[in-house]
Amino acid sequence: MTEFLLATAGVILLTVAVGLVRILSGPGDADRLMAAQLIGTGGIGSLLLIAAATGARGVEDVALGLALLAAFASAAFVNSAAPAEAPDVADGR
Amino acid sequence: MSVLQALDIGLAFLVFAVAAWTIFARGAFAATVGYVVYGLLLALVWIRLFAVDVALTEAAIGSGVTGVLLIGAAARLRAAETASDEKPLSGLTRVFAAALCVLVALALASVVLLLPDQGPSLAPLSMQKLPETGLGNPVTAVLIAYRAFDTMLEKVVLVLAVVGVWSLAADRYWGGAPGEARAASPEPTLAFLAQILAPLGVLVGIHVFWVGADEPGGAFQGGAILAAMWIIVMMARLTEAPQANAFWLRLALVAGPLVFLAAGAAGAIFAGNFFAYPPGFAKPAILFIEAFMVLSIAVTLPMLVAGPPRREPRQ
Amino acid sequence: MSLVVDLFSIVAIGAGVFFFLAGTVGLLRFPDALSRLHALTKADNLGLGLVVLGLLPRSDSLLAALKLVAIWALVQLASATAAQLVGRAVRCKGTAV
Repeated sequence: MTEFLLATAGVILLTVAVGLVRILSGPGDADRLMAAQLIGTGGIGSLLLIAAATGARGVEDVALGLALLAAFASAAFVNSAAPAEAPDVADGR
Repeated sequence: MSVLQALDIGLAFLVFAVAAWTIFARGAFAATVGYVVYGLLLALVWIRLFAVDVALTEAAIGSGVTGVLLIGAAARLRAAETASDEKPLSGLTRVFAAALCVLVALALASVVLLLPDQGPSLAPLSMQKLPETGLGNPVTAVLIAYRAFDTMLEKVVLVLAVVGVWSLAADRYWGGAPGEARAASPEPTLAFLAQILAPLGVLVGIHVFWVGADEPGGAFQGGAILAAMWIIVMMARLTEAPQANAFWLRLALVAGPLVFLAAGAAGAIFAGNFFAYPPGFAKPAILFIEAFMVLSIAVTLPMLVAGPPRREPRQ
Repeated sequence: MSLVVDLFSIVAIGAGVFFFLAGTVGLLRFPDALSRLHALTKADNLGLGLVVLGLLPRSDSLLAALKLVAIWALVQLASATAAQLVGRAVRCKGTAV
């Protein structure tokens, strides 16, 4: 069972690596920003699997911290790219 | 080769590849994102090295605080990048810098790889003395009990960093508030995110701080998560950064090092030595100091990210 | 009993990895930034949810299991919000942001 868990963690890391190659080279900043999102989700997945396989203590807290802060890069990007934008008229409010 | 070894080698290779990409990336923003990805991968590496406290710090600081700081800085530099036409570094300088970095990396790698199997270490002794401190986490014991003076000085360095950042303001802005004013209608998506994340994050931050006495965690990690929560609330413009001359802000900034120093002095009176803890009373004293450290860190890091004051002080 | 639990974990985690793979295929093949964003935030998210589901029976205590569910819920929130934010930035500024 531990072999299976480690193997799946490895596969997830592999998909993250392949995805990184694509989006780190992608045109435009939005693509590159998705890299942070990808490694966040994939990283948490492989982290939980490795923790279950190797039995390290306290790893759920690291995953919890990563999950809390996963959207920060995107928020910072949007915040700095649009400092004082007028509200969108198509908001439907 | 076992699955675990293959996984470790793959992870190391991935970290190396991302680091190489970050160095060769064009433009500040691409390099910044590469750096954030690199930090998150490093958190995985720390877990594999069974340094869970370091992984927690890496996750909290790397994605929360440093990521926001660098992305904001890259955005501000972007205008300057296109406007200025500075000469790029000459080829010789680059080769020299690269050679120096490679040399340092090789030296560190050889030191780590050539370590004897049973190297000199204080770990057994520190585990032996752990019950006297009342703690269960040896990392916390090292930080607040065995080398407490060092940790206190680190907190003083944080205060100095905030003073340094504030001193970048123009003279007329000194004491004012950094960042933009509170928005009348904040962007709804960011506001939603901040409103849901902040209470949960505060809970998680306090939990990580409290549990750090016996499990991986501690004051710095908890404080960093709390800091990140204040940062997202400020980013969503639900609140505005406080003025630099606000008394409560300055008090909160210095509370950590001050309480720490006072505890060290009290140790000289009550326990016979500077930064000694009275036997049997060590754990409550440590938690008391750590609580104020969490407060200071949670206030210092967002002030560093918010930057120098950009508006005139009111009053 | 533990065989049933192991089987459940294997099936759930395997399905999760399949969705991670699907997400990466979408990342590689979709033509523009918005559809890549969609593939990333939806498929990877579902993959993580299935992985968490598979790991739930193996957790040590109720608190650990609750933490796993909380992790997945937070990643859901973060992915959905990031998709909205980045998507809006792409739409307002064109694909070459």
